Parts: sequence; C-alpha cells; structure tokens
Amino acid sequence: MKIKTLLAGLFTAALLTACAGQTPAAPAQGAETRELTVMTHDSFAVSAGVIAQFEAENNVKVNFVKGGDAGAALNRLILTSLSGKPEADVFFGLDNTFLSRALENDLLEAYEAPALAEIPESLRLDPQNRALPIDYGDVCINYDRAWFEDHSLPLPQSLTDLTKPIYKGLLVVENPATSSPGLSFFLASVAEFGESGWQAWWQALKNNGVVIVSDWERAYYTNFSGSSGRGSQPMVVSYASSPAAELVYAATPLEEAPTGSIVADGTCWRQIEFAGILKGTTQRALAEKFIDFLLSKPFQEDVPLQMFVYPVLPGAALPEVFTRASAVPVRPASLDPGLIAERRDEWLRAWTDLMLK
Amino acid sequence: MLEIRDIHKSYEGKPLLEGISFTVREGETVCLLGESGSGKSTLLRIIAGLEEAEAGSLWWNGEEISAVPAHKRGFGLMFQDYALFPHRNVQANVAFGLRMQGLPSAEVEARTRAALAMVRMDGFEGRAVAELSGGEQQRVALARALAPDPRLLMLDEPLGALDHALRKQLIGELRRILHDSRKPAIYVTHDREEAFGLADTLMLLHGGRIAQAGSTAELFRHPVNAWAAGFLGLGSLLSGVVLSLAPLRVGTALGVFRVSDCARAWQPGEKVQLLLRPREARVFAGQPEGENQFTARVRDCLFMGENYQTELRVDDYSLTIQTELPLGVGADLVVGFPPDKLSCLEAE
Amino acid sequence: MKAKRGKFWWKALLWLLPAAFLLVFFYQPLAAILRLAFSARLAGEGQSFQPAMVVETFGFTLWQALLSTLLTLAVGLPAAYLFSHFEFPGRKFLRLITLLPFILPTVVTAVCFNSLLGPRGWLNLGLMALFNLSEPPVHILDSLPAILLAHVFYNSSLIIRIVGGAWSRLDRKLTQAARMLGADAWHTFWELTLPLLLPAIGGASLLVFLFDFTSFGVVLMLGGPRFATLEVEIYTQALYLFNLPLAGVLSVVQLAFTLLVAWLQNRVSLPRYGKAAMSSERANLRRPKTRAEKAFTLAVVIMLAALTLLPLLSLVTRSVVSLEADRGARGEVQAGFTLRYYRELFRNTSGSIFYVPPVTAVRNSLLYAGAAMLIANLLGLLTSYALQASGRLGRWLEPLFILPLGASAVTLGLGFVMVFRRPPWDAFSFPMLIPFAHALVALPLVLRTLLPTLRGIPDSLRQAAGTLGAGWARVFREVDLPVMLRSLLVSMVFAFTVSLGEFGASSFLSTGQNPTIPVAIFRYISQPGALNYGQALAMSTILLLVCAAGSVLIEKARLPGEELF
Repeated sequence: MKIKTLLAGLFTAALLTACAGQTPAAPAQGAETRELTVMTHDSFAVSAGVIAQFEAENNVKVNFVKGGDAGAALNRLILTSLSGKPEADVFFGLDNTFLSRALENDLLEAYEAPALAEIPESLRLDPQNRALPIDYGDVCINYDRAWFEDHSLPLPQSLTDLTKPIYKGLLVVENPATSSPGLSFFLASVAEFGESGWQAWWQALKNNGVVIVSDWERAYYTNFSGSSGRGSQPMVVSYASSPAAELVYAATPLEEAPTGSIVADGTCWRQIEFAGILKGTTQRALAEKFIDFLLSKPFQEDVPLQMFVYPVLPGAALPEVFTRASAVPVRPASLDPGLIAERRDEWLRAWTDLMLK
Repeated sequence: MLEIRDIHKSYEGKPLLEGISFTVREGETVCLLGESGSGKSTLLRIIAGLEEAEAGSLWWNGEEISAVPAHKRGFGLMFQDYALFPHRNVQANVAFGLRMQGLPSAEVEARTRAALAMVRMDGFEGRAVAELSGGEQQRVALARALAPDPRLLMLDEPLGALDHALRKQLIGELRRILHDSRKPAIYVTHDREEAFGLADTLMLLHGGRIAQAGSTAELFRHPVNAWAAGFLGLGSLLSGVVLSLAPLRVGTALGVFRVSDCARAWQPGEKVQLLLRPREARVFAGQPEGENQFTARVRDCLFMGENYQTELRVDDYSLTIQTELPLGVGADLVVGFPPDKLSCLEAE
Repeated sequence: MKAKRGKFWWKALLWLLPAAFLLVFFYQPLAAILRLAFSARLAGEGQSFQPAMVVETFGFTLWQALLSTLLTLAVGLPAAYLFSHFEFPGRKFLRLITLLPFILPTVVTAVCFNSLLGPRGWLNLGLMALFNLSEPPVHILDSLPAILLAHVFYNSSLIIRIVGGAWSRLDRKLTQAARMLGADAWHTFWELTLPLLLPAIGGASLLVFLFDFTSFGVVLMLGGPRFATLEVEIYTQALYLFNLPLAGVLSVVQLAFTLLVAWLQNRVSLPRYGKAAMSSERANLRRPKTRAEKAFTLAVVIMLAALTLLPLLSLVTRSVVSLEADRGARGEVQAGFTLRYYRELFRNTSGSIFYVPPVTAVRNSLLYAGAAMLIANLLGLLTSYALQASGRLGRWLEPLFILPLGASAVTLGLGFVMVFRRPPWDAFSFPMLIPFAHALVALPLVLRTLLPTLRGIPDSLRQAAGTLGAGWARVFREVDLPVMLRSLLVSMVFAFTVSLGEFGASSFLSTGQNPTIPVAIFRYISQPGALNYGQALAMSTILLLVCAAGSVLIEKARLPGEELF
C-alpha cells in the first residue's frame, strides 16, 4: 500500500514537472520582443542591471549560451556553422590565441563599430574588423605574499629566473593542451625564447621541479598556497587580476590582497578578448547594437568586477580594488596570431613529449 | 548409536525445543512427527551441526560430538526440496561427497554407480538436474546422501513435494533402502501416513518436548493424551468430566459414557477427553438405551472403497465413523461405543 | 492466423517509442557528428591520424579499466559477502553510504578527494600536525593510484549490490548440503558458491569495467595531464586541438569496444541455473559469532568507511569550516566553524546576471531529474517488454540500448548541438531537450534493472491468469505490476539520481539561464576567491544531501534480497 502511494506520488510529480518544463520562459514584453543569441565562454559575467538596460532600450531579449572554455566555445561554433546556420548571433570570448582559427574558418562578419576609433591600435588585431576587441587581461604568475616574506625569497624577475635552484618545486603550471592560461603561459615562453629556444627552457623548468596539472581550477585551488586550497606551490600561472578577485571575494575583509602578480617584462601574456557578429545571422541590426553596447561605457565599466579583466575603452573608470591589487605589465609577451595558428599543434605535441612523457 | 541429551533452543526469543533427549540405535529408523513449526527441522539441523543448540549435548557411541563441525560429523542429510546442485549433473551430484573424502576416482565412480543402482536410477548419470521429475530428484538426493556411507542418515520431509500416489510408492522403497543399509536414521515429517509406513520408533514432538515415544502400535493403541490422539488421526475427541470411579463414568454433552480401559487413575471432577475411534462405532435405529449411546444425524456419507465414511452431527458437535453399509443423508440414528473400545485421555 | 498477425502489430507498437527515441536522440546526433568528423575540411589545422597515439590511448584506457575493475572486485566481493550474510550495528547506514558515490558527479568527487587527500587535505594536515612536518607527506593526486582509488570509490557499490543481492538469494540449503557431504568452507565456496554466483559477478564486473573504460572526469581531474583515456583524448582533440577526424576515430573505437563489452555482459549474466539456485525467501542475517567472523566484519566495515564515508565527510566538514582566519603563516591552520558559505550562496554579491540562487539550481535539477525519470522509465518499460517479446532477437538488440553508456559525452554533446539547433527543437524553445539527454544516459541502467525482473516472471503465471479469462490489461495489472513495482521504483530513483549528477553531454545543451546544481558548482570553482571556493563546497554538500535523500528512497523500496540489476 505504501509503495503504491509512493509510486503514484512520484508519477504525478514527474508528470507535473514534465508539463512545467514545457512552458518556455516567456519574456515580459509584448509580442514585439525580438531575441538575440550570444555565445560566450564559461567565464563570461555581466551585471543583471547593465543587461536589463540594454534589453529595455532595444526591446530585445538577450539569450546567453555558455559554450565552455574559450577554445571549446570557438570550436563548437565552427563545427555548427559548417552546416550553414550559426548557433548564435554574436560570439563573445574569442581570444588572440585562437583569432586566426576563427578568421580562417570565415566565422565572423565585418562590422566597423563607431567606438573602434577610440580603442588603441595595439589591441585591434583584425584590420578587417571582423573581430573587435572588448577587453584584455594578462596571464601572469601569481605568488603567495606571505610565503615569500616568510622565506625571504626575492621574486623572480624574468622567465629565466624561474629555472634558478632557489625556486625549485615552487611553480605550478597548467597543461597548455587543455587550459587557456596554460596555453598563454606557454606562448609567452615561445615569444621570449624563440621557436628553437623554448624547449631548453622548459627542460630546465622540468629539472627544477615544475608541477603540471590539467586545468586552472586544480592549479589554483589545489596546488597554490595562496588560495583557500592552501596547496604547496607559492607560484601559479593565473591572471594578473586574480589578486584583486581574492580581495573582492575574501571571506573576511582583508587589508591587502594575500597574493600578487609578477608583471616583469616578458613574463606575462596579453590575452585580448574579441567579439564578433557570426556569419549568417538573421539579426544583423540587433547584433550591431549589441557590439556597440559591448564597447559602451556601462558595459566596459562593468567588466572589471564581473570578469576581472581590463576594459579597452580608454575612458572607462577602473574600480579602486583594481588599482590597489592588480598590476598591468608594461611589456607583456605576444606573438603573431598567424604563427600561433600554424604552429600550435606541432608545439603542443613537442611540449607534451618533452614534459609529460 | 546417536544420543541426544537435553537439547534446548529458542527462536526469536520464544522457546522452541525444551529438553529433547532420545537415542537412535544401529539399524533403527526413528520418526519425528510434529506439526509445522514444532521445531523438528531445527532439531535435525542441530544434530547435523548446521545450527547450534543453546543447551544440551550430542553423543555418538559414547563420544561427545557437540563441537564437531558439520562437515566432519559424517552424517548424511536429505533436504526437504532435495537441494541438488543445479550446475552439476546427476553423476557429479552423487559423487560430490565421495570426492570430498578424497577417494580415488575409480572408487568414486564405482560407488556412485552403486548408489544410483540402490535407488533404481542407474543410467541417469549424465542427466541434468533440471530435466528430472520430482520423484527422480528425490531419489538422486537420496543416492547423494547415501553414497559417502554416512554413519547416520537424516531425512527432512523428503516426500513433501510429491503427489499422493508417488508418495505411497516411495514410502515403500525408502523403507526397503533404509532396512537394507542398516543405518540408523532419523526421519522428520508432519504426515502420519509416512510415519506409520517407515518408523521403527515413533516420536511425537509437541510444545518443544517429546510428547510420546514408542512403537507405532503402542502409539496407535495408547496415545498419551488428547493432542496425540488428534494429531495421529485416531478418531474424534469428546470433552467430558469424570463423574465416578470403578467403573469409570464420564459425563459429556452427548450423555454419560462408561469406560473400561483406564490409562491411569482418575479423580472425579477431572476434565478428560474421550477418544471415539471411527471403527468402533455401532449404529442402531430407534432410541438410545442407557449409557454409551446417543442420537445423531447423518451429514454426509462417502464411499471409501473398503467401507463408508460417515459424518455425523449432534447439535454443533461432529464426528466421523466407519460403517460397512451406506447411511442415508439426513437420517437420524443411534450411535453407540462399547465401553472397552473407548479411551479416556488427558485433556491437553 | 489472426493471432499471429495481431501479435506482430503488438510487438511493433511496443518497439515504436523506444526505437524512435533511440534513433532521434542517440543515433541521429552520433551519425551527424561522426559524418562531420570524417568529412570535414577544416581550414588551418594539421589533421593527422596518429595511429600510434590511438593504440597507446586505447591501451592505457584498457589497462586502467582492468586494474580498476580488479581492485573494485577486491573491495566489493568481501563487502557483498558481509552485507548478504551478517547483521551488525550500523549496517543500514553503511549500505546507504556505499550507494552515494555512484550518483555523485565527478566534479564533486574531485572536490571530495581533494579535500581529503590533496596537499592541504585532512589526511596531510593530520599527518603534518601529528609528526610536525612542514611539507605534506602524501602525494596521491595526479597519479594512477588516484584514478584507481576514485574508480573503486565510485563503482564498489555496483559489486556490493549486484553480487550481494545474488548471494543473499542463493539457496542456503545448497551450501548446507555441500557441508553435510563433507565440504569445508573453501571447497564449498570453490565448488558451489563461485560457479553459481559467476553470472552475477561476471555481469557486475563487466558493467564496472564499462564505467571505468569510459571514465572522463576522474581521469581529467584526479589523474592530471599525464593520463589520457579515450574519452579524455576525444575531449582534447575535438574541443582544443580541433583534430576532428582523430576525435572521430577515437569515438568509433570506443563505441565498438563498448558494443563488444555490452554483448559480452549480456551473455555472461544470463542466469543459467537461475531459479533453481535461488530461493524465494531471504536467508536470515545473523550476527558474527566466531572470532574470525568478527575480525572479518570489522575489517570490511573499516575499509568501506575509509573508502566512502571519509571522502564524503571531508567535503561536508570543509564546507562548514573556515580556514581563512590567518592566511599569513604557512603550515598553520586556523579553523573556525562557519555557515558563511551557505549564506553567501543566497546572495548575489557581484550582481551578475548569471547568478543562480541555490533554490533555483535545486529546483532546476529536480525538474529535469523528475522529467528524465519519467521518460527513462516509460521507455525502459516499453523496451523491456519489447525485448522480452522478441525472444532471441531481443538478446541481440539489447546491446544497442546499452551503447549510450559508451558514447563519449563530447561526441554526443556536439552531436546534440548540431542536430537540435532550429526552433522549435533548440535548447531555448524546448527545455525538455535536457531531460531527454539525461534519459538517454539513464536508459541503460533502467533497462538492466527492469529486464531481469521481467524475465523472472514465469510464463505459467500469465497463462494461468489468461485461462481464468483475464485480458492483457488485467494480466498486466494483476501479475506483472506487483512484481515489477519494486524494480520500477528502484529504476525510477536511479534515473532520478543519475540525472541529478549528469554533467557531460547535457552541458552542451544548457543555455546558461537554467543551470543545474553541477553547473552551478562548476561556476563557483572556476573563479578565484575564498568565497567562491567555499560556495562550491557548500553547493556540493547540498547536492550530496539531495542525492542522499534519493538513496533513502531506494533503500525503502528494496525488497530483502531482491536483485537490483
């Protein structure tokens, strides 16, 4: 008897949920509301208020699709675009390591946004304006302040420094084949030591006890001593803005960020994030408006505290915590996107053979 | 010779066996008869070593074997639903015990064949267990238990799953096998037909104790109490009160009865049960005359082949009698029981 | 004549829904992505087949799956014996705990193991405090042992339940008969128990093997970059290195091997001696009596507790302990009890549009799980009857329904994205797409639960009802339903909990605005900040509790001794 009622209850509940699941979330506006689909990577974040503003002004409902890590989202888009109709209207989250791949696969439509004129030349990597820069961040080594103080160790000032015996076993990096910051760090080393020189440096790192893990989550929260994970390595490849995040998301209010970033020349990799209108979209006009919105002050000023990156708009104000805890490298590393596209596979295979076998 | 001394066992907090003692001699077949749940299978398992008694001891030929593990006791057990190994064929089943003894394969084969011959299943060696009928499985199970030449054989309701005709046939065969092998055997059942057909000594298990033990004839003629008489199906029971002694008179709802055969000395006022055996009933027409007679109405009359089984009714009391001739249903007649054919038994 | 034709149409009707479901939601996306993989001319990337790498990856996948399965058997078999024979304090609780790992998503498992065995996990912290060390002594993560351990953690419950169930139903009279015939404990086991349990052991082992073979999250998160199974390699090749043909080849290899194993499992788990060896009543459990039995009980209980209870406990405790207080000195841990992470879950501090109130995440998860459960079980029931009615052909078709277990989540996910893109079938207009994906993943398990029970109903029962004049509906209600009810309840809860923890193929379909609990967890753990980490832990604990509630339901529905799979 008890079982029967239980079963009946479960069935009814399931039936109800099935029915409930059917009704799609209807927008609050009238039948005129149009929809815009934006594909982003997993780390995308924006204040609800900022988006609501855009939606209200343009009478549009914005649907976000999170497609995975930067590389994953891009590849997924390319795959689905092969059959003609793209999965979304706008793509946000293309970064300079993957730029060539997107352009060569003819993924984006050109759009000469008016705001582009104000953006520094160094950030506009696509002369045809198919990929428009929205924000940038730097992949740098973060270090545990307290640890370095305790051990009275000087901070490394270059990539070469990392091979010194005093830093033996103190660095954790991510696998460039499966991690975006990992790839960025690797590319920085290629930029620094050249195509024939990086192998020697990595070998030296290996001899110096570098720890390699699969992804940023592991590196940061398991291995890094400066995070809540309280790991064993006081240096980790992360973002220059991570210390600011530690400050913002501290469990108890802190005076100073517990970590810092090493921004010495050549040790950081500049990641520029681009957005673009996907080829074949049926909402071209709306998409253009959205790109404009991405380059507008409200969004640009929202970006630091949401995604912990820097706005490209020169006039956008930075939050106080950024100036306090985050640093911007003067001379970050960079490589020609075309070169990256051509060689990446080969480099990664060589790296895997060298470091993981 | 197996000796069981004062075995106690409880089940789920309630006492099941309270002080069971008896012996089984060479060549003797002891039958444990009792209702379902009376603990007879448990007793068997205790003797086998598959369960532990809470108190009491087991002895074999003067040596205590209470602590000997089951696989070392050298007893054979035939299970209620045979428990044949489904993944082995008949040959492998029967040979199992012999293999466990570590005998050379030639001897194993020979003795397996002999065991199967004894139960008249020769030629069945290669068959799968699933292909056998109920009677065939039973015989294979018996062969399996006998093959290792156990010093004691125990059978736990082995005929329970079979139909009536097969059962009758197999009772005879079992008796023959048990006698031929001369092994001491304990046979457990709730069916009195089986018990009567097989037992040298019959033991009634009731209320955790052995209510009565003796030869079948003894139990038949002199059941120890009303329960035993009822369980053995000896006849109908009639409650009454002792009125006077010498001669013993019992007052019942059907009238006063004089009883000449007294199992023991009675006291006036004691509650007793009279055993009315169906075969001893006399039927008259007319009116009851004096003691030991009463009027009853015929409810039903069945032809049983050798005689007629008649069900009689007096108010709400019914009894069964055997007659040579048929009686009309609905007829009223007088039934009488001669005083020397009545038994006066203890009410339980 | 008429009856035969009628029967044919009945069978066709039974097959209609399951076949349609499988074709639309599994074979169609699979075909789409594989076709693309092998025909795509994609610009700018070096496409290489690397046969050596394929062989090597396959070899490693096979190797770690074999090792994991053997270890799982080593843990699971004694535990199965324990649960099917002995009664001891805490037995019910331990049974519940051993089921939990199976339904945890790998992201939570990774956090569990990390919080227990990581460089800053309880084990290392304890050892460091005990022996006054400055460096964590135990480095288990990022190694093959970590992968094996996690696999045993996950899958031992399968062995315990399948083999334990069969063991407890094994007719005790058979072992008693063997003993009476002179067999000691070893011979009884070797000659009798083992051969009769072999179908259950074989079936369970192959299922465990299949799960270990297609393992992804465990290998990626706990094994580290040195280890790549087929599944991990497919993920990397398809989504990072963009070498689609290679990813396609790997997918096909994995599928083919899965088919082989599924077919093998089908053959092995055929109960040959079936009902003859099983008794209908449960054999009584008893307390361990001899010293050997007591020692055995203690040893197995400790092992199980260490393996399953500890990691779960460490996660829960980490979510309520603040290790924040003094971040200055290394080696010092200032612990304080705090509910701050749970409180923070309910606040949208950053104001992000993607903030998910935990109630919403739980609600979403439960909605999807409820729908998935209904779909999976309806289809499972139909499929079981269809397979049963198709006799020998059914035995050959069954592996086709088990195949989704072996399809790479990435392959399937990409296939979904490719096929279901146009309204009204895309993820926005048809949110039910996700439950369908979950149902697909749950269907093999549902099938393995319902099918044995259905096959166990003797035809004679149905025929008897039929001769008494009962039509098929009546027969179903009177004969089948009471027997199937228990199994159905079990399979429903299994489908429910599998859906709760699903984080593979369906993540390709999530639109970011209806995240489930695993998605929410992953969101928190992929951002720096103590609060984020703490919230990830708190959310994981919530998921754990929801899973535990589901487990309790399973335990309530269980008939003593009933075979679950």
